[in-house]
Amino acid sequence: MTKKLVIIGAGMASGRALEHLLKEDPDWDVTLFNAEPRGNYDRIMLSPVLAGDKSYEDIVIHDSAWYEENGVTCRFGEKVETIDRAAKTVTAANGDVLEYDKLLIGTGSKPFIIPLPGHDLDGVIAYRDLEDTELMMSMTDQNKVVVIGGGLLGLEAAAGMAARGVDVTVVHIMGHLMERQLDEAAGYLLRKALIDKGITVMCSANSKEIVGEDGKVKALMLDDGTELPCDLLVMAVGIRPNVALAEASGIAVGRGIHVDDQMITSDENILAVGECVEHNGAVFGLVAPLYDQAKVVAKTLLGEEATFVQKDLSTKLKVTGCDLFSAGDFAEGEGREDIVFRDPARGVYRRLVLEDNVIVGTVMYGDTADSNWFFGMIKDKTDISDMRETVIFGPAYQGGAPQDPLAAVAALPDDAEICGCNGISKGDIVAAINEGATDLGAIRAETKASGSCGTCTGLVEQVLATTLGDAFVMPTAQPMCGCTDMTHEDVRRMIKSQELKSMAAVMQECGWKTSCGCHVCRPALNYYLLADWPVEYQDDPQSRFINERKHANIQKDGTFSVVPRMWGGITNANELRAIADAADKFDVPTVKVTGGQRIDLLGVKGEDLPAIWKDLNAAGMVSGHAYSKGLRTVKTCVGTDHCRFGTQDSTGLGIKLEKALWGSWTPHKVKLGVSGCPRNCAEATCKDIGIVCVDSGFEIGVGGAAGMDVKEVQAFAKVETEQEVMDVCIAFTQLYREHAKYLDRMYKFIDKFGLEWCQERVIDDLENRKALVDRFELSQSIYRKDPWAEHVEDKAETYQPVANLTLEAAE
Amino acid sequence: MSEWIDIAALEDIPQRGARVVKTAEGCVAVFRTASDEVYALDNSCPHKQGPLAEGIVHGASVTCPLHNWVFDLATGEAQGADEGTVATYPARVEAGRVLLDAERLRGRVAA
Ligand code: SRM
Ligand SMILES: Cc1cc2nc3c(=O)[nH]c(=O)nc-3n(C[C@H](O)[C@H](O)[C@H](O)COP(=O)(O)OP(=O)(O)OC[C@H]3O[C@@H](n4cnc5c(N)ncnc54)[C@H](O)[C@@H]3O)c2cc1C
Ligand code: SF4
Ligand code: FES
Repeated sequence: MTKKLVIIGAGMASGRALEHLLKEDPDWDVTLFNAEPRGNYDRIMLSPVLAGDKSYEDIVIHDSAWYEENGVTCRFGEKVETIDRAAKTVTAANGDVLEYDKLLIGTGSKPFIIPLPGHDLDGVIAYRDLEDTELMMSMTDQNKVVVIGGGLLGLEAAAGMAARGVDVTVVHIMGHLMERQLDEAAGYLLRKALIDKGITVMCSANSKEIVGEDGKVKALMLDDGTELPCDLLVMAVGIRPNVALAEASGIAVGRGIHVDDQMITSDENILAVGECVEHNGAVFGLVAPLYDQAKVVAKTLLGEEATFVQKDLSTKLKVTGCDLFSAGDFAEGEGREDIVFRDPARGVYRRLVLEDNVIVGTVMYGDTADSNWFFGMIKDKTDISDMRETVIFGPAYQGGAPQDPLAAVAALPDDAEICGCNGISKGDIVAAINEGATDLGAIRAETKASGSCGTCTGLVEQVLATTLGDAFVMPTAQPMCGCTDMTHEDVRRMIKSQELKSMAAVMQECGWKTSCGCHVCRPALNYYLLADWPVEYQDDPQSRFINERKHANIQKDGTFSVVPRMWGGITNANELRAIADAADKFDVPTVKVTGGQRIDLLGVKGEDLPAIWKDLNAAGMVSGHAYSKGLRTVKTCVGTDHCRFGTQDSTGLGIKLEKALWGSWTPHKVKLGVSGCPRNCAEATCKDIGIVCVDSGFEIGVGGAAGMDVKEVQAFAKVETEQEVMDVCIAFTQLYREHAKYLDRMYKFIDKFGLEWCQERVIDDLENRKALVDRFELSQSIYRKDPWAEHVEDKAETYQPVANLTLEAAE
Repeated sequence: MSEWIDIAALEDIPQRGARVVKTAEGCVAVFRTASDEVYALDNSCPHKQGPLAEGIVHGASVTCPLHNWVFDLATGEAQGADEGTVATYPARVEAGRVLLDAERLRGRVAA
């Protein structure tokens, strides 16, 4: 007896179900509705169509001949409007009412459209079907397109259009691309590859509004005010199961249409398959599980036993034209270990996540030739204990001796280029060695090899090692920390020469051995990046020590101390009153005059910080940065204002200097002193920069300190005007910011680089002095602001406990 | 059967950061790693009671802000040469919400 089957949606899932069904039992009277004006095609292959590698005809799964042979009545371009479950009928858009014995719903997903102002303008599309693809294909090299969403779909759309010469910008809300499938390191490499394809990539970017003209899209506005002009805007931010029709019919619907293990909905005559369903709390977005469902739904229709089982979470992904792979679960977790391998020169990143000696996840970029081998081990839960040391190198290294990098270098011919920046060959280096250069420093001095960008440092060392044999001792230069073999100096050189502008970039290009660094390297990297790329780099509070993250000094009992700035040590009755009021209001146990000419409120509770700052701000006071690797205090004496010996306005100059330098981040803390005469009451001669005023002008000394080492300043310059003092102090501070190792006070920096080296750049070369001042000012345009005010505005809430269970627990 | 209490949205805790939850027996630090795993530990370092929630989070570890001891967030054990253990509490994320095991939290002092 022929049974009537109505199918809603001719997608990939229902199409596969139909194949299984009709192969077993052709005796069904099937009517197939599809809202799209066509039958089943391979949606996955829309990207090659977009890129021009395939045509629509190439990706059709069922053509009209197939439907005809199988006796399927096609109603393409027609939507089903309603389902009447009691009457067992569906109503088509044109009003036709059709009876069914069994109804199969396969309505797929709907792209999610962010309800930004302007989302309904012409030219705002999603990426789901052939119509969307054709619109994107109509773009040429005369057009600009913005894609919102840096996930798989958005990037495929962007890559496809970029291949057609379209000017594409990807706007992504998260910090790195494809954050759900990739870790930060792989996300960084992917971004680099897309930029190489000419795509503009903006991460951590928040869309605010779509701007239109005459009903058509014109630009996307970001919440920081950036306007991105575009002729087409593609939103690829996610999908939602398409359940509206099912929901209206009254069957059970959650995120998707509820189905049981047999793919039957809450109505025994209605089945569902594909992205529109929800099974055991899960919804689906990839075809592999949908094809399993299709098999089951066909069997159920045939009256046979079958059960849909969700398989492992492992997924396997590829983005067109980018060599990347991710599978399994690569989150950090209990009892999990990481094995990380990076080859910066080849742009390769590999990470394996192990649990009990079994690989549970992997992310790879740049060389994915072995991905299937790893994927197989994830699926089979292979125990890798006995190949642990070498597993990361792939199957080629198993069972044999791992290749010795030194042997590879020894085998290089003499004319092989080692240092690309300076055109130095292996032969040049060997010649220098034979003439007596036996360490890296000497090679650099002799040949310049590895002295520019530094990427070849490792290679040069290997040439040294192979040439000198046992006579060569690998340099014992301290690496930054256990995460890398590179020294601070090497890393800093790389940041500048390779224009590395994010932490992920540094970790990749410098071959970090951990996935996200540690408490030693992260604060240093954060400093180097913000000092070298003040505009491009976004400061990372999570990589800062608590004092700098919360803008207060942590105390031994976990409370904090709060020190407002007192410019040049000058205060007034209003400020003192506000400090006294704050001390009362917040029960401050200790109020102390510091050694830096200001007042410290000690023992403030973490939760109270925003409130106490708010009060101090209201009285005109800002953070004194008593906690920062940055400008601390500028101590002054009373100078000409009151003192009978004063030669210049030391107090005024101190205030000017403090106002110019405050807020800047430096490798270590920076303290200044300005004394009005050589009696030196402001102790200027033991400060990082100390100015002693004399009748004929100002003596500037640098490199003083009075901490663990007591250092007297070295005479740096003698100048005549206040303006010169300002310029020299600012330029020298910037020189220190650009070159010093993190946590080197100024005196250590001068010891390493030489006082003369500093003088040449700051005192003698006026043009360079000006350039240094300009760069300092550029950085200050971002960092010279009161952190307290900002935190009171936007972050006050984060200082409170995230939840309070004291009542709950007391019950 | 454990009883889970909803503490906060995952977004309320910064990545590679922590927030504290107040309980009658002191604060519990709830950490979120770069890959969105969450862990709950006593907010008190076994060395000299440093507030671990204020430390730098790296991988699945945290460094105490007072004297730089490093703890494994999963086991609560001090790493390297240091010795000591911080109590841990079951924590998980469901539908973007952070959940803690209520029973274990209540049993803190007894346990
Ligand atoms: C509050 C204050 C002591 C006081 O009560 O007077 C102070 C307190 C601290 N000093 Fe200091 N120093 C203070 C003036 C000084 C001075 C005197 C000065 O600035 O004229 C010095 C010697 C001058 C110098 O820096 O060369 C000084 C040399 C140090 C050092 C040694 C630095 C060095 O390079 O050797 C440290 C350790 C460090 O920074 O690594 C340090 C570190 C510290 C820290 C931040 C320790 C810490 O990391 O927790 C202390 C914070 C205490 C707290 O709980 O708040 N403090 N410290 C002074 C704050 C000045 C201000 O208004 O900002
Ligand atoms: C560009 C792109 C690339 C992709 N790449 C991959 C990949 O690499 N790997 C992978 O596994 N997956 C990929 N996917 C996802 C994959 O295509 C989907 O998982 C799959 O197509 C879903 O199949 P489905 O049958 O559930 O829904 P669909 O294929 O979406 O079919 C549903 C159909 O139902 C129709 N319909 C909806 N409502 C009605 C109604 N009321 N009346 C009549 N008809 C209706 C719709 O018009 C649609 O044609 C990709 C998707 C896209 C868009
Ligand atoms: S000298 Fe400075 S660092 Fe030492 S105890 Fe006193 S305030 Fe603390
Ligand atoms: S209190 Fe934590 S390391 Fe000392």
